[in-house]
Amino acid sequence: MDTALLIEKFSLVIIVFLISLGIAAYSTYFERKLAAWIQDRIGPDRAGPFGLLQPIADGVKMFMKEDFIPKNSDKWLFIIGPGISMFTALITSTIIPWGPPIEIFGRQISLQIADFNIGVLFIFGVVSIGVYGIMIGGWASNNKYSLFGAIRASSQMISYELAMGISLITIILLTGSLSLTDIVKSQHGMNWNIFYQPVCFLIFFICSLAETNRAPFDLAECESELVGGYHTEYSSMKLGLFLFAEYVSMFISSALMAILFFGGYNFPGMDYFDGNTLAILGVLAFFTKTFLFIFVFMWIRWTIPRFRFDQLMHLGWKTLIPAAIINMLITAIVIAFNKGWF
Amino acid sequence: MESFTNRKKVVSDKPMTFIEKLYLPAIFSGMMITMKHILKRKKTIKYPEEIRVFAPVYRGQHVLKRDEEGRENCTACGLCAVACPAEAITMVADERKRGEENLYREEKYASTYEINMLRCIFCGLCEEACPKEAIFLTDRIVPTEFERADFIYGKDKLVESIDDRIDITLRQNTGKRGAI
Repeated sequence: MDTALLIEKFSLVIIVFLISLGIAAYSTYFERKLAAWIQDRIGPDRAGPFGLLQPIADGVKMFMKEDFIPKNSDKWLFIIGPGISMFTALITSTIIPWGPPIEIFGRQISLQIADFNIGVLFIFGVVSIGVYGIMIGGWASNNKYSLFGAIRASSQMISYELAMGISLITIILLTGSLSLTDIVKSQHGMNWNIFYQPVCFLIFFICSLAETNRAPFDLAECESELVGGYHTEYSSMKLGLFLFAEYVSMFISSALMAILFFGGYNFPGMDYFDGNTLAILGVLAFFTKTFLFIFVFMWIRWTIPRFRFDQLMHLGWKTLIPAAIINMLITAIVIAFNKGWF
Repeated sequence: MESFTNRKKVVSDKPMTFIEKLYLPAIFSGMMITMKHILKRKKTIKYPEEIRVFAPVYRGQHVLKRDEEGRENCTACGLCAVACPAEAITMVADERKRGEENLYREEKYASTYEINMLRCIFCGLCEEACPKEAIFLTDRIVPTEFERADFIYGKDKLVESIDDRIDITLRQNTGKRGAI
């Protein structure tokens, strides 16, 4: 391994880390703005022009708060909970192809930190660890509300991961590869998966809402029943990490949806460009799609009321999983038929 | 039963159709509603920078007017106190002495005039009862105090100062006084 590769990967890691955190910070701002607009209010506009410094003010506030650890809590787990949440939210960004390869100093630099050939499986592994942060945090708090939140989060995660996995298998069938790079490359131009798999996309979208614990699936932190859910006992930056992890994972799952269904960095008419122009336009296209998804995530949150727990289970097990299986089987049969296996 | 309004709705519990069971059209129409609200003009008035203009009929803290020469209009006839439904107004009448002609317009004046702002309901009947155009309600807000006694406003707070007249033209143009 040469030094140049080390430097480029390291700087890419730093950039992706900063961008993820920056976007997460500004999605908290945008979420508040959007909530305000939907409720006919103006929203935060005091800190800086248009309230653009609000995330910084929030961060400072979070740091200034007393960092309290309840007496009867499991101290070690209590501390590690938010860490796991944040770690799993961030680690997924390593395998996301942010754009076409870029050329600097005569070197082809791929805008993907690590191109695993099993990228999709990696996502799954990491996402299922994600629930541990919530579960451990809720358990360690030694509070019944937190525990309820944790139980809900984990059961919800398990139920929706199945449907999500099956809908992903459909995409894998279509592409014939587990690598995210290949999945993006196969959607060149306007050849996006959404046009082949709208049902699959819908299932995946609903499941990612559930996986990121966003409304209408935010039963884990259901304020009306569970006070704050799994983060009832948390304060200061530990609470901040939990809340922040939600926004990071929202950003990452929006990026994933853009990659899996909306062609990642592909955009119509991309054949007219090449080299660095293509790379920059590709990154722009990718981020536009991602932001669009983040917007839809928020839009849904401020429109739809929360599910009841039994409705959640009903939707997950009795609707989404059968639909995903049927969709997968039909896709498999059509693909097999096209390849002349019958 | 016969319905007196058109708001009666017959409740039905017929089973949902397949499309309704999908919930997606309902969710989508809900999202369209919220989108309409996003694009709506916000009616918020950002208070410290932008102060909302009171309606001309707004009834706030009272003022006892002086005439053009700076003499008090009030003659302590007591009609305002009689008209007051909350019994918030009390006054003591006094006779104008020689040499006080520049202070009081007529021979009789109010030596004390008190309005209890906690009793007052700001109905404006005192203003309507006054034959001398002495008392008016203004667009000023009665400030908060810590003691009940501080809410009893005497002449020191009610009578306008000669140099700093209170503008009541808006109240006079509400149409109520135009008929007289």
